[in-house]
Amino acid sequence: MSGAALDVRNLAKSFTLHVQGGVRLPVLTGVSLSVHPGECVVLSDPSGAGKSTLLRSIYGNYLAQSGQSLVRHRERMVDMVGAAPRLVLDVRRHTLGYVSQFLRVIPRVPTDQVVATPLRAQGVEASEALARARAMLERLRIPERLWTLSPVTFSGGEQQRVNVARVFVAEYPILLLDEPTASLDSASRLAVVELIREARRRGAAVLGIVHDAQVRAEVATRVRTLADTEAA
Amino acid sequence: MNATVDDRPLLSVRGLGKHYGGRMGCRDVGFDLWSGEVLGIVGESGSGKTTVLNCLSGRVAADAGQVGYTKADGSVVDMRRLDESARRRLLRTEWGVVHQHARDGLRMGVTAGANVGERLMALGARHYGRVRGRALDWLARVEIAESRIDDLPETFSGGMLQRLQIARNLVTEPRLVLMDEPTGGLDVSVQARLLDLLRGLVDDLGLSAVIVTHDLAVARLLANRLLVMRGGEVVESGLTDQVLDDPQHPYAQLLVSSVLQP
Repeated sequence: MSGAALDVRNLAKSFTLHVQGGVRLPVLTGVSLSVHPGECVVLSDPSGAGKSTLLRSIYGNYLAQSGQSLVRHRERMVDMVGAAPRLVLDVRRHTLGYVSQFLRVIPRVPTDQVVATPLRAQGVEASEALARARAMLERLRIPERLWTLSPVTFSGGEQQRVNVARVFVAEYPILLLDEPTASLDSASRLAVVELIREARRRGAAVLGIVHDAQVRAEVATRVRTLADTEAA
Repeated sequence: MNATVDDRPLLSVRGLGKHYGGRMGCRDVGFDLWSGEVLGIVGESGSGKTTVLNCLSGRVAADAGQVGYTKADGSVVDMRRLDESARRRLLRTEWGVVHQHARDGLRMGVTAGANVGERLMALGARHYGRVRGRALDWLARVEIAESRIDDLPETFSGGMLQRLQIARNLVTEPRLVLMDEPTGGLDVSVQARLLDLLRGLVDDLGLSAVIVTHDLAVARLLANRLLVMRGGEVVESGLTDQVLDDPQHPYAQLLVSSVLQP
């Protein structure tokens, strides 16, 4: 699959719980999938199948034991499995965006600054980064009076939208989305759907976990399970 | 950070070791730190993390290993082999050291402004008005009111002392800052303010830092990479979020699972 932006081959991930008697939990046993630019692949397995573990393993948040997780970064394929931390950070800064289900921020930092941070890390000048961050917050229907407040005290749905905003603002070529529309009202859900479609149109490769059937139908170009195999 | 990911590290530590009599302080500690990166060293009390920091700065003389440092002029020196005056000059110019107890890093007998201005003057600044201007600028950056510039540090709260110590260290724009529990012993709200400040300074100045902390939540918010130490040795290292979310070593798992939501 030479044209793929993301190419996962035989990825395996298990957890050994040393604190709990050394129990070993195999979660991923040889997952292969690829995502091309402009595609949105949605994983449809039930809860507990390891979908989030796959996204985290691709992002380098979890350490996979074997297999490859190749991402197109700076015009070459980089294997995130076993990559040096410094390279993983560079991939995350410029190539790979990940919407998790948690918002972790330094208390006191205003929401618009939180959202501008990924742009600043990419070298975008401060005032432009802030302007783009605010535009993104507006699209995601975060009221302007909240922009200068820390998101720490926001509601679950508002925090989730801040999370979505700070990933989509940076226009990464590859997006990993873990339930980006969970806990959102229908208007906000629609805004996220539109962002995903836009990302696809600009050529982003999207891999997502979406349980909401309607959202899935609106964004997915392909629906598959972890167990599905692809013709290489 | 610039486009390349294979340039020379700012700090390259290999085989660092220190014994205090028969007791091991740290053994075979090694890591690389690149420009713009923050490395966190975590572990419980007595794990050797502060010993490592003190061996880096030379405050404690290590008995093994190398501390390779790439100077601003591009030359590489082994901090352990530098003569005392050259080491002190580097500590004053290119490095900063923020102590856990702010009093250890401040001169309590002179004013806040003098504490900040002193390092500038040590580097040759002589114009009083300019030194005072820079001191005022830095007091503002660490959110200490202008009106306090002529006060003695004795009159400051713990959080203010820590911010003053940070200003004193950063006024000369060092390339590398070593910090020992920079938020230790502070109220939570003060800690949040300090975290915000440190993160901003790292981002704006492109500073590199080694931060020792026992607080995993602080490590998560400040550090790009982590070393987990136990009994004087590094038992795990990696990306901060990977070490905290998927620790591999039994001790690292115990450490992470023992705290409330790192």
